[in-house]
Amino acid sequence: MSVPLRGNHPMGMKRAYLDYQSTTPLDDQVLGAMMPYLTGKFGNPHSAEHNFGWEAEAALDVSREQVAAVINGQPEGVTLLSGATEANNLALKGVMEMRGQQRPHLVTVATEHKCILEAAHYCKLKGYQLTVLPVDQGGILDLNQLEDALTDETALVSVMAVNNEIGVIQPLKEIGALCRSKGVLFHTDAAQAFGKIPLDVIAMNIDLMSISGHKIYGPKGVGALYHRPGKDVTIAPQMHGGGQEGGLRAGTQAPALVAGLGKAASLCAADMAQEAGRINGLMTRFKRGLSAFAPAMRINGDELNRWAGNLNICFPGLDGNRLFADIRGLAVSSGAACASAVAEPSYVLAAIGVTQKDAKASLRIGIGRMTTDEEIDFAIAKIGQAVRNQGGCE
Amino acid sequence: MREAIYLDYNATAPIRTGVIDSMAAAMQSVGNPSSVHSAGRKARKLVEEARSKVAALVGSRVRDVTFCSGGTEANNAVIRGSGAASVIVSAIEHDCSLAAAKLSGAPEFVLPVTPAGVADLGALEAILAEAPKPALVSIMLANNETGVIQPVKEIADIAKAAGAWVHTDAVQAAGKIDIDFNGLGVDYLTLSSHKLGGPQGVGAIVTSPRAPLAPLVAGGGQELGRRSGTENVAGIAGFGEAAIEAMAELGMTSDLAAKRDRFEQAVSEMSNEAILIGAGSPRTANTSCVAMPGVKGETQVMHFDLNGICVSSGSACSSGKVKVSHVLSAMGYADDVAEASIRVSLGRLTTDDEIDALIKAWRSLYERAASR
Repeated sequence: MSVPLRGNHPMGMKRAYLDYQSTTPLDDQVLGAMMPYLTGKFGNPHSAEHNFGWEAEAALDVSREQVAAVINGQPEGVTLLSGATEANNLALKGVMEMRGQQRPHLVTVATEHKCILEAAHYCKLKGYQLTVLPVDQGGILDLNQLEDALTDETALVSVMAVNNEIGVIQPLKEIGALCRSKGVLFHTDAAQAFGKIPLDVIAMNIDLMSISGHKIYGPKGVGALYHRPGKDVTIAPQMHGGGQEGGLRAGTQAPALVAGLGKAASLCAADMAQEAGRINGLMTRFKRGLSAFAPAMRINGDELNRWAGNLNICFPGLDGNRLFADIRGLAVSSGAACASAVAEPSYVLAAIGVTQKDAKASLRIGIGRMTTDEEIDFAIAKIGQAVRNQGGCE
Repeated sequence: MREAIYLDYNATAPIRTGVIDSMAAAMQSVGNPSSVHSAGRKARKLVEEARSKVAALVGSRVRDVTFCSGGTEANNAVIRGSGAASVIVSAIEHDCSLAAAKLSGAPEFVLPVTPAGVADLGALEAILAEAPKPALVSIMLANNETGVIQPVKEIADIAKAAGAWVHTDAVQAAGKIDIDFNGLGVDYLTLSSHKLGGPQGVGAIVTSPRAPLAPLVAGGGQELGRRSGTENVAGIAGFGEAAIEAMAELGMTSDLAAKRDRFEQAVSEMSNEAILIGAGSPRTANTSCVAMPGVKGETQVMHFDLNGICVSSGSACSSGKVKVSHVLSAMGYADDVAEASIRVSLGRLTTDDEIDALIKAWRSLYERAASR
């Protein structure tokens, strides 16, 4: 494994990257898989008439297989596109456009990623009915509430697998079973979950799943929408043109990016359980170390059902601005990265009942494949000192 | 595979080594450009530097450049996001623009072209008088199949007088002719990175400050709310590098034209029946669309491929599906001529020896066909 922020020696560390929910470093092996397509094999994968094109097209097929294998899916269900935001837009708008005549109702959850909420809002503007369900204090969707929300008119339920801010895992299997029993399609935004926790589209009755490359040590600018092949999951394309991706998504594919996505997916699948265990160990070390400095710290979101690579912690009573100023050198975030230049309070934390004051005194720590013990210890020391600077938290 | 002679630059251009270097450097650093920490700011800097370079390529303001996933997305975003009351597309637009126009929800009008492959300006005025206002006129700057350059400035002048918005798809023109966004007088201009020798999977939409653009991809509000989704940092950095390298090569287009013209000259000398499509119009220097009557385009492509030469029988996207080129049909060519045409597109790495090989392969096929 390479060191984080390459070139930064762990000894005498001055900074650490702990923002893996925002984006992850590119794995060297992924880069290796991409390079041939950036150099010699540069063809347009849709050029059906010469070898340059076939070579590039083969990359697409391999990638589809690699992605599908991680989730027990079928390669023909994998639509390659520019990222999870596009996948989420395509899933919501595309399904509502196809099914909305008979079933005009869409259900999602208050703590979804902004792009799901924006796409859902767009569907509402187009005249569809929208239900946005609340979550409990742990950030988990209440299945009874979901069941009550489903009607004969519900076309689609979209619930994210792992939350990007608080890391909690939704009860996908139960949601899937419920949706399937009511003839409702189930979409999950798995940008933060794919390759990290076990996902099985068949066992979990997942009809559609959004996947991102750069959250799994792959490149930015690539992702996939998985859909269950067959007649009942139909999606209206949102980008029209040359008829690529079976007509579902037009545009010249980028074989380098696609090869990177596939390689990243298979690397994650290769040692998923082992890696989750390692990350859990690192996070446990972090929590234990930090609690010595800040016994009153609280974890935002359910403590059991979570991806171990995420920790959203509140230091009650601390001044958030000063806290962030004091931990300069630690790349952590106060919430979702997108447009985070706009310092809005987190709607995810608000949805689980965290007060605005506490939300400001909260940090999101994200760790992953390249995170080292040294980085964890550096972070403990740095945050611990920042907490002490303010006389500890309440 | 570089032993093969690649003459299909309009499908995709070989990536530039400078581009690979800049992408490799970008991929070495982690960071989401929207994150406020130093890793994020570093990624942001790469994106913004590339934005300046792409803006320089087309002479626009830096902040008016929006990055997206490619030319197809860019064209879809403009045609479906302008909010115009009607859409006027030329008959020779790329498939993605034609499809987007059909699905925009607004009434669609098709602007015909002359037999020379140039948009019919007289017809435009008539259509503008009839189309619900405000209309969006979408006209490509250079055609992908024939290379014919469209009178975009004249079209913009006419359209503006009728209160219409104007979009030009500059995917095939960028890096081949000098582009001045303001001088063209258009409201929207769309670009693709991989046609310039940049990476696939990146493109841009250039908008004038007053042009409306409802986002096609909604979400976190990146790219000033015009296009959500984490930016493809390495791809964008590569696009920026490709843009400046392509710009620096604009002075070499006469070399390219000389190579292309040598091929066409040889074809004309070999055959009276061969048709050089669009050759009487202003064209990009790299593109040649040639019909060898009586020999199917696919047969020709196969013949060239066996001789180690990659050309195409139309645009790449239609991916194997055999259909008559809508571009050549719009120019009034009968199906048998359209079906007998191939596209040869040259680029920065094309050599004189490769042109010799092309001419030789064309001759052998032509002589074989003629002897039957």
